[in-house]
Amino acid sequence: MNSDVIDFASVAPAYPELLMAVGALVLVILGVAINKEKSVLISWLAVLLMAAAGLMIILNPADGVLFNGVFIADAFGRYMKLLVLGGAALSLILAMPNSEANGVHKFEYSILAVLATLGMMIMVSANDLMSLYIGLELQSLALYVMAAIKRDDKRASEAGLKYFVLGALSSGMLLYGASLVYGFTGHTNLTEIVGAIAMEGRSIGLVFGMVFLLAGVAFKISAVPFHMWTPDVYEGAPTPVTAFFAMAPKVAAMSLMIRLVMDTFQPISHDWQQVVIFLSIASMVLAAFAAIGQRSLKRLIAYSSIGHVGFALVGLSSGTQVGVEGVAIYMAIYVTMTAGLFACILSLRTEDGYVENIEDLAGAAQTRPFVAAIMAILMFSLIGMPPLAGFFAKWHVFLAAIEANLYVLSVIGVLASAVSAYYYLRVVKTMYFDEPKSTFIAVPNELNIILAISAFLVVTYYFSVGSVLTNWAHIAAGSLF
Amino acid sequence: MTFENSILSIVTFLPLLGAALVLVTPKTALNAIRWTALVTTLVTLALSLWIWAAFDASNPGFQFVVNYPWLGDSIGYRVGVDGISVLFVVLSALLMPFCILASWEAIDKRVKEYMLVFLILEVLMIGVFTTLDLAMFYVFFEGTLLPMFLIIGIWGGKRRIQASYKFFFYTFIGSVLMLLAIMAMYWNAGTTDISRLLTHQFPESMQIWLWLAFFASLAVKMPMWPFHRWLPEAHVEAPTAGSVILAAILLKLGGYGFLRFSLPMFPDASAQLSNFVFVLSVAAIIITSLVALVQTDIKKLIAYSSVAHMGFVTMGIFAGNALGIQGAMFQMISHGLVSGALFLSVGVIYDRMHTRDITAYGGLVERMPKYAFAFMVFTMANVGLPGTSGFVGEFLTMLGVFQVNTWVAFGAAFGVIFSAGYALWLYRRVVFGALTKESLKGILDLDLREKIILYPLIILIIVFGFYPSPILDTTAASVNNLVSHYATSIGLDPAVSLADARAPLEYAAPTGEAAPAAEPAAEPAAH
Repeated sequence: MNSDVIDFASVAPAYPELLMAVGALVLVILGVAINKEKSVLISWLAVLLMAAAGLMIILNPADGVLFNGVFIADAFGRYMKLLVLGGAALSLILAMPNSEANGVHKFEYSILAVLATLGMMIMVSANDLMSLYIGLELQSLALYVMAAIKRDDKRASEAGLKYFVLGALSSGMLLYGASLVYGFTGHTNLTEIVGAIAMEGRSIGLVFGMVFLLAGVAFKISAVPFHMWTPDVYEGAPTPVTAFFAMAPKVAAMSLMIRLVMDTFQPISHDWQQVVIFLSIASMVLAAFAAIGQRSLKRLIAYSSIGHVGFALVGLSSGTQVGVEGVAIYMAIYVTMTAGLFACILSLRTEDGYVENIEDLAGAAQTRPFVAAIMAILMFSLIGMPPLAGFFAKWHVFLAAIEANLYVLSVIGVLASAVSAYYYLRVVKTMYFDEPKSTFIAVPNELNIILAISAFLVVTYYFSVGSVLTNWAHIAAGSLF
Repeated sequence: MTFENSILSIVTFLPLLGAALVLVTPKTALNAIRWTALVTTLVTLALSLWIWAAFDASNPGFQFVVNYPWLGDSIGYRVGVDGISVLFVVLSALLMPFCILASWEAIDKRVKEYMLVFLILEVLMIGVFTTLDLAMFYVFFEGTLLPMFLIIGIWGGKRRIQASYKFFFYTFIGSVLMLLAIMAMYWNAGTTDISRLLTHQFPESMQIWLWLAFFASLAVKMPMWPFHRWLPEAHVEAPTAGSVILAAILLKLGGYGFLRFSLPMFPDASAQLSNFVFVLSVAAIIITSLVALVQTDIKKLIAYSSVAHMGFVTMGIFAGNALGIQGAMFQMISHGLVSGALFLSVGVIYDRMHTRDITAYGGLVERMPKYAFAFMVFTMANVGLPGTSGFVGEFLTMLGVFQVNTWVAFGAAFGVIFSAGYALWLYRRVVFGALTKESLKGILDLDLREKIILYPLIILIIVFGFYPSPILDTTAASVNNLVSHYATSIGLDPAVSLADARAPLEYAAPTGEAAPAAEPAAEPAAH
């Protein structure tokens, strides 16, 4: 097969990925060459690199299928890549202040983050089972190391190991699914698989392959019943790493899922819909009830993220353009809220260390009114209370579900969101209704900025970014149909 | 965009400006914060009165309309008021200054946050009534939960946490079902524009489900028996101003929702299920009145009486004729004033004695004659004494429902008797009797601030009792429009349900000026 790459200009759609790859290597050299104490400098350079890649995507949008069809660049990919880059950059900024206290003051950390981001971008743009797997593994291997980067810490090592073992298992499932799909269609290219399914119709082996593929991806988005690793890893890993896990990888895996079901398995939509609906209901319901008993703040957030994946999947279950649009909007709002949430957690520090349990937040509204107010706003937004952004996220996904006549799913979904309100409110209650117990020490400025931006976007969503974001998501979803 | 067009947006979002000012004021400048909040609410009130004055009562349609698409295809920025909503805007704006004044000294911790959430609450309350977008209606409707949850939870009484949770979950669970119904309506009608939805005909089988989903939310908000359990607790635990807002405005969101959505958009379902509503309404009127009789807590007693009075409102709305709906509208406005005034009166003695227990009081008339007079007017209005605004609403709704179902009116009449029972008994125990309790011997009568709060309400209640036409005229055209639409949809001759509108209005308003507005509006329906 002849390569379709004739000159450098012909790979324009892949420039952002190339930039990230080259940038990561340059950062490695820099990191080794300069003083090891200067990990913050490398972090800033990594953030700059991500910003540059993001700018490149915005300023120079190029559509195309490259490298013999394994790489696709379209509006959907660009939207998701911007989210991935944004999430990754935000979590790097979050990690910078107090990086020593969290054990992430090593220059390798930022480089691993860049490599993981590169892997995610490849996942988003994957148009072949091969490139899909390469992207996924590049991301996962970097993440395994990041989870265990605080080597001396028992919990972090445990988290890393747990994530690795379960992640390897899911990769195995994904590979098995991929081989089944290849076996029953004779293609690895996603576009050709669609053609093959359309021509030969549905076969039981293909459905098996599809289910295994989806299971592998469901592990990455931590949808129930593939969620078991999430609470442990979230709790064990250093908080900045948890922040990283909670944002960009979720977006990348979700967009991979969207591309798989909306493009590749479109002809057998009836089969995958059942799987997605099950994942969605299971995630929403289990997360809503399991989070009630949690005392640890990070475990609570872990369950909350499981629940939110369930809500996003409500949109996907519809299998319509409105649904994909809804998921795209949902992920953007989710990233914004999560960034703010982790900024809150990282900025609430007592003399004994970071806040771990919900009770430690008692009376924060009186001792740290700014952070507490923003955290309360984010909690209300996570519940889906209007007029905050979280409501509009839910609006779009449930709108799609109602259009597709998925009434049972919708009713279960909104009731689960009502149940989930209980544990979010508990955080608000602890901060606002209880009397203060401990004093907190001052916040670094980087965190204040992220807090303010996140809260501003969440509160003024309807007036500020809502309209623009909806249009972008509309264009992004349109490119898949 | 002209001033005419933007006035509604200005009134809705003006308190936000006040909130921003409060936000930047330093925490310790308590008086600056209070004055900022008071001035903001007063300006909002002035502007809302201007809207009422500029409102063309003979036009049954929406006025001051703005209509833009905004978030994607579904949600738009749409505002406008008609005869049904304009008075609620005025009522909300009217009660806010009283609430701020009532909290002037009673709230001494976290004043800044308090004023902030109240101003935000005002934005959301006025927004509910001015928005013409169904999705945005939900946004405002549900948004009110958020500040109210904080008001009860932070500044409430001893059992405030339980009360705030109960309040939140009762209303939230009902509302999410309404959200799904709103989405289903969007897909069926292709728009969330309320003015277009009002003329859209939903399939009959779908109407029942939509009606039930809306009912799940509105009946809890109203609250109708047996979904009222959250209300007494929320009322009791909330600070005075919180109770006022709950009783006067937030309960009206339910009635407004029934009038705006259930009746005109799902007429067939409303007709089929009206008996169900009648049963619940009469049950509410009788049962909660009896429950009110045995209460030992003043606020709880008033809370139960609110549930009973809301029973008249739902009954009147689903009578489906002009009398019933006019009565329901009037009853809602009047109850807003009366229950607000009652909670403010309770606040006055609570601030002095820090107890709401009825047995802790007695013989107040000896030390507080001015207070005793004010409290008497409010109590009589709550009973529905002719000459107070409470009478007009109850009387019209009973007349309206009498035409539809005599037995319902018969049952509701008991409520009038019982309400006289519990209200007068409460008054006797608190105000009359001998002043024997040591703690009460030093109690002081109303000070200037409290007079400013209570006297205007006395005047309003008595004026609207004798001269209800400002309210009835404003609502008449829109209500007649609604009634004829409803009657045509369910296959009645619209003239029948409108025909009797004239006479009783004259009866209720001895000046005879209430009726003319009803007449011209009846004409289009006849064609």
